[in-house]
Amino acid sequence: MPGRKNWDWETGEKLVTDINGVKGSYNWIEEPYASPDGEKIASIVNLDVDKFGVCVNGGLWENTFDKIWHLRYSPDSRLTAIVSEMEEWSIAVDGNAWDNKFSYVWNTMFSDGGLNIAAAFQQDGEYGIVVNDVPWENLFKNMNCMCLSPYGPYSSAAVQVADFGEGEIFKFQEGAYTIALNGIPWDTRFVNVWNCAFSSDGAIVAAEVRLDLYTYTIAVNGVPWNNTFACVWQPVIHPMSGKVIAPVRVSGKWSIAEDGDIIWDSRFLQVWQQLISPDGNKLAAIVSPTYGKWTLAVDGAWWNTQFGDMLTDAVFSPDSSRLAAVGKTDGKFTIIVDDSPWDSKFDMAWKPVFSPDSRNVAAKVEKDGKYFIVINGKQIHKNCDDAWEPVFSPDSQKILVKTIEDGKYYRRIISLSEIK
Amino acid sequence: MAEVIEKTEQRIVDEGLDKGADKLTGDQIARVIKAVLENETGARLKVYVDTCVHCGLCSDACHIYLSQNRNPKFSPAGKVKRTMGEILKKKGRVSPEFIRDAAEVAYTECNLCKRCVQYCPFGIDVAYILLIVRRICHKLGVTPLYIQDTAHSHSVTMNQMWIKEDEWIDTLQWQEEDAREEMPNLRIPLEKEGADVMYSVIAPEPKFQPNLIYYTAILMNTAGINWTMPATPGWDNSDMAMFTGDNEIMGRIKRAQFDAAARLKVKKIVMGECGHAFRSVYDVGNRWLGWKMPPIPIVHAIEFYYDLLKAGKIKIREKYKKSVTLHDPCNVVRGAGLHEKARYVINEICENFIEMHPNREHNYCCNAGGGVINCGPPFKNKRVKSNSVKAKQIRDTGAEILITPCHNCHSGMEDIISYYNVNMHTKFIIDILYEVMEKPGD
Amino acid sequence: MNSPDSFGAIYNFVSGPLVWVAFIVFVGGSIYRFYDLIKLVNRKEKFIYSYMSWKYSLRSIIAWVTPFFPVNMRKHPVLTVVTYVFHLCLLITPVFVLGHGVLIKNAWNVRWWALPESIADFMTLMVIIGCIFFLVRRLVFREVKYVTTMSDYFLLAIVAAPFVTGFLCYHQVGNYDLLLILHILAGEIMLMAIPFTRLSHMLFAALTRAYIGSEFGKVRHARDW
Repeated sequence: MPGRKNWDWETGEKLVTDINGVKGSYNWIEEPYASPDGEKIASIVNLDVDKFGVCVNGGLWENTFDKIWHLRYSPDSRLTAIVSEMEEWSIAVDGNAWDNKFSYVWNTMFSDGGLNIAAAFQQDGEYGIVVNDVPWENLFKNMNCMCLSPYGPYSSAAVQVADFGEGEIFKFQEGAYTIALNGIPWDTRFVNVWNCAFSSDGAIVAAEVRLDLYTYTIAVNGVPWNNTFACVWQPVIHPMSGKVIAPVRVSGKWSIAEDGDIIWDSRFLQVWQQLISPDGNKLAAIVSPTYGKWTLAVDGAWWNTQFGDMLTDAVFSPDSSRLAAVGKTDGKFTIIVDDSPWDSKFDMAWKPVFSPDSRNVAAKVEKDGKYFIVINGKQIHKNCDDAWEPVFSPDSQKILVKTIEDGKYYRRIISLSEIK
Repeated sequence: MAEVIEKTEQRIVDEGLDKGADKLTGDQIARVIKAVLENETGARLKVYVDTCVHCGLCSDACHIYLSQNRNPKFSPAGKVKRTMGEILKKKGRVSPEFIRDAAEVAYTECNLCKRCVQYCPFGIDVAYILLIVRRICHKLGVTPLYIQDTAHSHSVTMNQMWIKEDEWIDTLQWQEEDAREEMPNLRIPLEKEGADVMYSVIAPEPKFQPNLIYYTAILMNTAGINWTMPATPGWDNSDMAMFTGDNEIMGRIKRAQFDAAARLKVKKIVMGECGHAFRSVYDVGNRWLGWKMPPIPIVHAIEFYYDLLKAGKIKIREKYKKSVTLHDPCNVVRGAGLHEKARYVINEICENFIEMHPNREHNYCCNAGGGVINCGPPFKNKRVKSNSVKAKQIRDTGAEILITPCHNCHSGMEDIISYYNVNMHTKFIIDILYEVMEKPGD
Repeated sequence: MNSPDSFGAIYNFVSGPLVWVAFIVFVGGSIYRFYDLIKLVNRKEKFIYSYMSWKYSLRSIIAWVTPFFPVNMRKHPVLTVVTYVFHLCLLITPVFVLGHGVLIKNAWNVRWWALPESIADFMTLMVIIGCIFFLVRRLVFREVKYVTTMSDYFLLAIVAAPFVTGFLCYHQVGNYDLLLILHILAGEIMLMAIPFTRLSHMLFAALTRAYIGSEFGKVRHARDW
């Protein structure tokens, strides 16, 4: 997380805002959002009919709007919202709306460090992406699967580039969709295009494509792989080699293909959400080795521990040696780390977080309507009315815990040595 | 006599079927059939085909057979004979014309309602066999135009009605604004991570019946439910790809829904009064993806209303006065056993509930579900004529209101009511619940 | 057939080695069909196992062997009565008819209870009447006729033959020697046909019921009768 080393890692407990205290000032306060550094807490508030504001640490943004939704902090702790004034929509960052206004705006996106902010927009029935207040020049009849490159400012989406009328099924099947990269469409048209992936430098874009109703593959910079499949899922691009890696379906089973060739010997009933370790040496994915059972596979070898309901939110440790995810069996959630699940079960669990030194895993969880933080299976701090996903300090010695307790928002730094 | 009717019936023109069949060659047909049968079917099809003793006992289960002068070609086994029976007998060496006609049978003469499964002594699943026929027809590109267009919409937008991403959100915000005139602090919370409930609907609601979203918003806010709706694709649980035989798109749209729910960290997905969507998320689409049961529990509206009333979270101001009857939708009754809960809900909110006969798991199908109504205008006349038993069944109740907690049933019933001049109006449960419930302003 | 010697030779053959062949084909064939089926499930539809439930399998099977319990049986009362009588007589008569008992006692000195002759005779007649009933259904009822194939008539004949010939033998109508040999042959043909024709519903009905019973009961919370 950017600038993490500059955050306050010393103050043990900070009562940031008494949310209950400001409640009476507004018709209603919407669900709060805490900034990544924990210093701020914000909510959309209603002031009057068609008059909304954003309340940050108890103080109101200077500007109010006719309508506000989708309040989100960027990774670098800037507060964004989708706002409307006089029937026009825009993005407001820290209270100030962008110059560009549109007929509609949605789907705010941030690049990894938060430097770039983007959103989808519709203007007079045409669609595009606006990045840092700069809209695409070319607009399209329809747009889905919007994507911002990891470090920005490149953006892409699946766009419609040919006309077909209602019920013109054969025209549709000739192909009317492609990827637009920064507003410029690929030359190739496909029956369908979904879910792109960017290389880290933004030079390579890959996407799932359907060539006809039955043939799926991955297109890389507009060129489909030579091999086709019965189905594919979203690709990822290897950060070092630039190779494109995607789950593919062959003869009713799933595996992993790289640049069109299957690289895993194993076949699964499902493979998805593949991820590459930070050092680039390992490839993991969520897999189903037997019907109705879910686990993780690393380079094609799957774990013994399996979950009956689902598995999600997989993440590698920074040193690439460890892997964790959220698993669910019989309606109860837990965290699994390196093939061994935590003993405790929860009603909900959020994506696990590794410490920078890769030694500790923490997660936000919920049980019986109360939220708390768990490190390596052990609860730290008390049950709270709300909590945010924890953040480890750069030296891995401390953890930032953001909670709401009895209507008050607290920011706490807890030293790991205190816990053990 | 039936044969006479058959001959005088006009051949239905459907561009999807006719043009699709024109493109076919015999070799292509044989190849595709072989691939589907070898790669995608197994013991079930084999045992069903080997075990059926051709006793004809399934016939009485089928509303189309009963409505078409008991013409045996419309009996469940008759429809299998006209499709899969011939395909297997000729080992896939069938003509393009045959495929065109088999597609018409599979897509428009069977609702996959599974009533016949309850009438077969061996429990042979005719709906499954006809779904395999649909799969073959999809693979051959011979599908009725309207439903194919819908499948295309699913593939592009992840919803059934070509609704664009902004249109969806805008509709929710518009309903929220309208509902605030009735309930000033009402919210339709979008993208609220960690809510208990993700509410999902089918695309005809935002497109044609946004009032249903309005009513639900009032219900959720009154009951104090911690709920949310996604502002991304995955909000629509309808699934015509499941019915065209496009399993890959079916899987993709179901994944979009479960991904949305998983991302929003909700405990369950509550869905509106739709039947086929329940089937799709509860035991078809999830299975194709490898989930034995839905990874996040799916609660149908009937069950949700039941829970709210049972727990006293919704109170009834005054029961609905008009006499009502209930059409049990196949996908939530034979498909989920919600018939007693539906009766509880209706008795809680209505004064005068009249059963139709047969009822519960044995209710006659609406003849709209299974994608049949989605095959559109070319087949409407045939569809309505093929359900005279339904018209009689509902007319015999003498009720003023017909409650149909399923969108396909609802539309199908409206067509039947108007064609047969039945003096009745269709309503969803929520139409009545909204009318009779206590609201905070009362 | 005219000389006693040739009759003896043929009789010995059909009542000796051919019986063995018939039983081996029946038992072996049945085992093979089950094996083949399970292999097929394992190869292609293994997911089925995860939905199977003993409770709902049995619930479904019991519901469907209980006369007049399923709705459809009540809709066809005559057929229901005939079907039950037919199947019961078809299964019980060959096992407990005195003549078969005597043969087994002579061969292995194993003895079991035998039906009184008049009752066995009556039951045989019931099977024959059942076959005629089914035949008439196939010929007369449109919904049955439409789905009937030639093989269905053959199967009816295969089932009827041992009972018709047995009935005639017992009542000494026609050429007894010839009818006896035909009776034995017909019985053997029927046995051998079970695993490889629609008569295999005898083997698979419980399985199809168990599967759909599990799907309906465990997954869909609904009745399947």
